[in-house]
Amino acid sequence: MIYLPHTHEDIFSMLQVLGVDNLDDLFSTVPDDCRFKGDLNLPEALSEWELNDHMSTLSNTMSVSPDYKVFVGAGSYEHFIPASVSYLLGRSEFVTSYTPYQPEMSQGTLQAIYEYQTLAARLLGMEVATASHYDGATALAEALLMAVRITKRKKVAISSLIHPLYRRVVQTYFEPTGYEVVELPYLNTGVTDATGLEGMDDLAAVAIQSPNFFGCIENLQFLGQKAHDKKSLFVACFTEALAYGLLKSPGSQGTDIVGGEGQSLGIPRSFGGPALGILASSKKHMRSLPGRLVGKTKDLDGKTGFVLTLATREQHIRREKATSNICTNNSLCALAAAMYMASVGGTGIRKLARLNHDKTEYLKKELKKAGFGIPFDSPTFNEFVVEFPSGFKAGHKHLLEKKIIAGLCLVPYYPELANHYLLCVTETKSKNDMDALVREVKS
Amino acid sequence: MKESLAATGLLLNEPLLWEKGKKGRCGFSLPRRDVEACPLDEELTREGPEFPDLSEVDVVRHYTRLAQWNFGVDTGMYPLGSCTMKYSPKTNEKQASLPGFTGAHPLLPWGLSQGALKMMFEFEQYLNEITGMHATTLQPAAGAHGELTGMLIIYAYHKKQGAQRSKIIVPDTAHGTNPASVSLCGFRPVPVTSNEQGILSVESIAQIMDQDTAGIMVTNPNTLGLFEENIQKIVQIVHAKGGLVYCDGANMNAVMGVVKMGDIGIDVMQLNLHKTFSTPHGGGGPGSGPVSVTKHLEPFLPVPRVVEKNGAYVLAEDYPDSIGKISAFYGAFGVVIKAYSYIRSMGPENLKKASQLAVLNANYIKEMLKGTLHLPYDRPCMHECVFSDKHQTAQKIVTLDMAKRLMDYGFHPPTVYFPLVVSGAIMVEPTETESKENIDQFIEAFKAIASEAKENPDLLHHAPKSCKVKRLDEVTAARKPCLGG
Amino acid sequence: MKEIGEIHLPDDVRYAEDHEWARLEKDKIRVGLDDYAQDQLGDIVFVELPQVGDTFKQGEEFATVESVKAVCECYLPVSGKIIAVNTALEESPELVNNSPYGDGWFVEVNPGDLSEMENLMTHVACLEKLKGAE
Repeated sequence: MIYLPHTHEDIFSMLQVLGVDNLDDLFSTVPDDCRFKGDLNLPEALSEWELNDHMSTLSNTMSVSPDYKVFVGAGSYEHFIPASVSYLLGRSEFVTSYTPYQPEMSQGTLQAIYEYQTLAARLLGMEVATASHYDGATALAEALLMAVRITKRKKVAISSLIHPLYRRVVQTYFEPTGYEVVELPYLNTGVTDATGLEGMDDLAAVAIQSPNFFGCIENLQFLGQKAHDKKSLFVACFTEALAYGLLKSPGSQGTDIVGGEGQSLGIPRSFGGPALGILASSKKHMRSLPGRLVGKTKDLDGKTGFVLTLATREQHIRREKATSNICTNNSLCALAAAMYMASVGGTGIRKLARLNHDKTEYLKKELKKAGFGIPFDSPTFNEFVVEFPSGFKAGHKHLLEKKIIAGLCLVPYYPELANHYLLCVTETKSKNDMDALVREVKS
Repeated sequence: MKESLAATGLLLNEPLLWEKGKKGRCGFSLPRRDVEACPLDEELTREGPEFPDLSEVDVVRHYTRLAQWNFGVDTGMYPLGSCTMKYSPKTNEKQASLPGFTGAHPLLPWGLSQGALKMMFEFEQYLNEITGMHATTLQPAAGAHGELTGMLIIYAYHKKQGAQRSKIIVPDTAHGTNPASVSLCGFRPVPVTSNEQGILSVESIAQIMDQDTAGIMVTNPNTLGLFEENIQKIVQIVHAKGGLVYCDGANMNAVMGVVKMGDIGIDVMQLNLHKTFSTPHGGGGPGSGPVSVTKHLEPFLPVPRVVEKNGAYVLAEDYPDSIGKISAFYGAFGVVIKAYSYIRSMGPENLKKASQLAVLNANYIKEMLKGTLHLPYDRPCMHECVFSDKHQTAQKIVTLDMAKRLMDYGFHPPTVYFPLVVSGAIMVEPTETESKENIDQFIEAFKAIASEAKENPDLLHHAPKSCKVKRLDEVTAARKPCLGG
Repeated sequence: MKEIGEIHLPDDVRYAEDHEWARLEKDKIRVGLDDYAQDQLGDIVFVELPQVGDTFKQGEEFATVESVKAVCECYLPVSGKIIAVNTALEESPELVNNSPYGDGWFVEVNPGDLSEMENLMTHVACLEKLKGAE
């Protein structure tokens, strides 16, 4: 087998050193009644060439670009990824190394992640970003638990316009803790209704997503102030990181902790994972942050170098008192994001974000012209909600046959919003694509 | 005389990203603008984040140089105990980058994603078979995430029974993620000491197991590389008082096709795809930590589940006892593809062979180095073995010094100072993908270092000298953290 | 790390089991970490101290001390209310290493029961204990 280098001679001479007759005898410490005596019932090994065929067949059943025009975001976004990023991400020194516990031979990963922390913090206007978390949902859950630890209060308020699947993850994380999660309703303008906060004096945190699940931009400054009036921490969440290439950052609007999703930054959708949980806070709360942190320092010769630091927060030292149980994170995804941000650049990211916004406005306008309702009038970035006429389900199916996926139906998540669909337009959609969508939807 | 593995090399310095570039440069081909500009309220927008402007050449040179400072499994032997740094087959990367997979949106109608769902379904079956369990979820994004999922399942199970239990037994050899996961789930970890043989004794468990203990979290084989021989009796004791047995499956590489955890009484366990199933470690992640359970715990698995219905694969949510969701979508699908490809490439016989050879390699190293390094448990080990620095302390050499000197010999050091039960622990896990020649070279290197410890200890104290940097000031890094530029 | 004979154990303080020291100064008690503990921990990078006004019973955890790779919980050697906290340790945790009985002090306590000092070890008893544990 090509990944098992031992020859019969190798095995024989090694067994001799051990004074053992055969490989089975190596398992003498496994009690007989623990041993599995049969063969694993798994398919026979495929050659590399058979595997290629098998996987291509599976891959070809999937409905993706360029055949399909998928106008869906909702936490998973289609963006162009430069060939240079994919190429660099294939460097095996990045791919096949592990956590930089021995910093002297991991300076590549360490500097790269230090750079990622810096760029992510700058994107979000925050002071410190961690080396990554699993995804936006778990980053949000950890941000809320962090707020509980810091304030010692046992309740959090989260907007009902935070991604429904993120809210479910938060509920799952909070279930055994005894801490309470309350949801803030939304207004007919498509943003969070914070009036309920008036009566809540015991909140560890208030969490808002912006742009929210309906695509609308929330007034983080205003909501943050409301949270701070109640001495709660303000947590901002996001699913579309690219928005902050254009929009005012959460940090500049009084956010204490940010927990969101970085998949838009150079990471393919990949059916939802691996993703990139971005977690950031002010320096004040640095020691409460979960996850790894890379710091800059000097070596014995005075040369600049990088190390994992503030490790006493983490599980391998603090064990049951750690800020989290996280060990393996999503480092290579963070690296992809850093490479992407480096490639796009400060000037480029604003242009790209603007393009996303303008294309989305075009589709919005065309759909409005075609007589479809845009129920929420708050400004949006690259997603918005359309109200199609009743019975549109059949229309959606018809579009599917034309290989156009016209948005995500909101009914499973917001049953009160019948025939409402969430559409997304990124730089990957052309004017022609959008005109085709409008044409087909009208017919 | 044979040449040393480590040579000299030309490593270039490379500044930080924002110390490079010039305003106006770009490394991204901006798509054509085919719509009009649309004004957005100034109040909502910003100048743009302070990123450097770099050309593609700047970016490629930057990361190429950085990569050259790194040591990975593809560079050389990486015997990091507990991490199973086995070789990552390149065909797995190819499969994961197929456009049908990379471009897939997770929330499309399931009819449009049959390839992905089929693969997930089949992969769950493979893991069920390997673990001897009944059902699997692929949602956890890493081993620790899987541990949390397992704890949440145990919590939900007891809640459904109507009894809220507050404790989980955790052995002293446990990986730090174990007690941390226990705490995250609102349980209190109750420590138990391993015996002189380095394994759990029946009596010690019997003494502390009670009606308020939700279960026990074992690692088998444990972090000393030893099989928990008393596991079946321990399982009986815990079950008798209504508790559940969680197994941290991080060390599964020792026993594939040799032991089925479900058969020996484990109720719930996680696997680490980035360990046992060859997916690459990525400099720290991403990983994947699927959780497998017995039939009576199946109702508690996170949703959605992939089920087969009339020849198609669908996502089902109707599991009222489910713990809910622990990832936004279905887990690290891109990582799962690689593990799936690995299992399809290896086949059942080779998976067992892999475990046998991993155990062979570790025992060989143990035999060959036990004269040189102190071996706290001189018994047959499994896929990893643990030494200590006891023989070297007389020369004022500690584990850290030997680890740093190994780098100068062209090897990544083993895991050091873990498990905590061995002072100055050196945990060596070669994995099955290291050839005999590589392992012999590693053994020679360690022997040479032990000699240097006697004859020229400063070589160790000042090691490493061949890397991009020398030893780093971790004290200042912790006192005055500089976490961004 | 120092030999037992090199450990500095002044006679004007009393010592707790876990290596905290307590010194009676007029009507308040100053508390810190002894020379043995700071030597064992190595370079100290961070000290987490309580707030002024917090109260603790004798033996209750009141602070944590961190080196790069370890965390040590500290237990208050006498019951009382915290009346002062050494804020200098925020910028300069190394004071605990360099001057454990002087500038590296942790807190000042308004003691609840002065007789509790009698339960603590003298410098002689502390040295005996360290020798015994060798």
